[in-house]
Amino acid sequence: MDVVGTLNAALRRVPAWLVYVAGAAWAVWLFWQALNQLGPYKVEPINVLERAYGEVALQLLVAGLFVTPLRRFLGLNLLKFRRAIGVTAFFFVLAHFLVFAVLDVQSLERVWTEIVKRPYVTVGMAGFLALIPLAITSNNLSIRKLGGATWRKLHKLTYAAGLLGAVHFLWLVKGFQIEPIIYTVIIVGLLATRVKWSSLRPAATA
Amino acid sequence: VAGATGGVAQAQAELEPNSFEDITSYNNFYEFGTGKEDPARNAGALVTEPWSIKVDGMVDNPGDYTLADLLDGLTAEERIYRFRCVEAWSMVVPWNGVELADVLAKVGVQSQAKYVAFETTVQPDVMIGVQRRVIPFPYVEGLRLDEAMHPLTLLATGIYGEPMPNQNGAPIRLVVPWKYGFKSIKSIVRITLTDEEPPASWNIINPREYGFYSNVNPNVDHPRWSQATERQIGGGLFASRKDTLMFNGYEAEVASLYEGMDLNEFY
Repeated sequence: MDVVGTLNAALRRVPAWLVYVAGAAWAVWLFWQALNQLGPYKVEPINVLERAYGEVALQLLVAGLFVTPLRRFLGLNLLKFRRAIGVTAFFFVLAHFLVFAVLDVQSLERVWTEIVKRPYVTVGMAGFLALIPLAITSNNLSIRKLGGATWRKLHKLTYAAGLLGAVHFLWLVKGFQIEPIIYTVIIVGLLATRVKWSSLRPAATA
Repeated sequence: VAGATGGVAQAQAELEPNSFEDITSYNNFYEFGTGKEDPARNAGALVTEPWSIKVDGMVDNPGDYTLADLLDGLTAEERIYRFRCVEAWSMVVPWNGVELADVLAKVGVQSQAKYVAFETTVQPDVMIGVQRRVIPFPYVEGLRLDEAMHPLTLLATGIYGEPMPNQNGAPIRLVVPWKYGFKSIKSIVRITLTDEEPPASWNIINPREYGFYSNVNPNVDHPRWSQATERQIGGGLFASRKDTLMFNGYEAEVASLYEGMDLNEFY
């Protein structure tokens, strides 16, 4: 496709480190708004900032999961941005966790209680833990050391992280809210594109 | 009763109300959306004039009352109350209102009545949350009669001397300061006296998480979060959490209502 070709050509000129810069700038901008209680942070900035970091993290996880299907089905090549997207997602999850622990819950003991006692926090924490080995091994040296096959297998943990993030969001809201459902549907859809359906079907009879 | 109101006066003196801005821009009113800022944004189109309240059930004088009729002869007074949301945040609100007991006396509660049921208006055309069916509507709530008759329980018609803002439940809402905020039902169009425990919206939606009583209680956690502490709105990004008080600080006034009840079972 012409449009895709043009896009691919244009994207080749965009350096991947821009993702980190944009991510950091966005995180600082959100924090700045919360600190000065601007806009949606006007009355109660803590929960809103916690929510905002969590949502950006989920959006980046979704973006990362889009890379492969976009290439496979549309020929759009975003592969060189994937590492930066994933690592930035990790940092937003970390920021989300820090706001939760330091500004919201405010005590290590209570943080632990929340993780153990509240299933939606447990699920969110599991998603965070799943991302840690991925963030640590998101460099060329780790790929060489682990070997491509092992590395790729390890990085399938992003699927779990995405699902856990969606469940975490679904579980924390009150009543029927559309946003977490949309995220869940998209993430499940993106994971479905990874399933090798042919191998699931029983062998065709001759 | 005299002791109870004396306690209120004492408690009021120690409380620093939140700003009008805080109180009117951070609300839960799911008829207008689930975000805290949604009610302030979307409730402008709520039709509050004329307003009619149906009073029915076990009363001597049932009927459709205008707001003026229902409040006729009663003078609104200011009550500065703590307001504790089940989501573990809190505010201090200077309400203007009348005691629900005075309104109930006027409509004549019959002796067999044991509970009071309330219902919020449903205006689908202007209520985006109703269109999206985020929870079942109309929103309903209820109190045991002795809770309803308690001198702390208000029908509020204003905040800071201003008419009740739409996002806070115009033109008339319940205020029960020792219970989680969702019990204080907004924009009331029906009051029913009954001898059976009435349905309550959040209790219907999730009975494990929201009991009929829903008294503020730091010792009984919400299944998904702790109720031991709360964040007081207005403290900014580095506000520290405060311990939640039994019955939201109104223990001296209301604890006797629940004598002999297991508050872990009747949460």
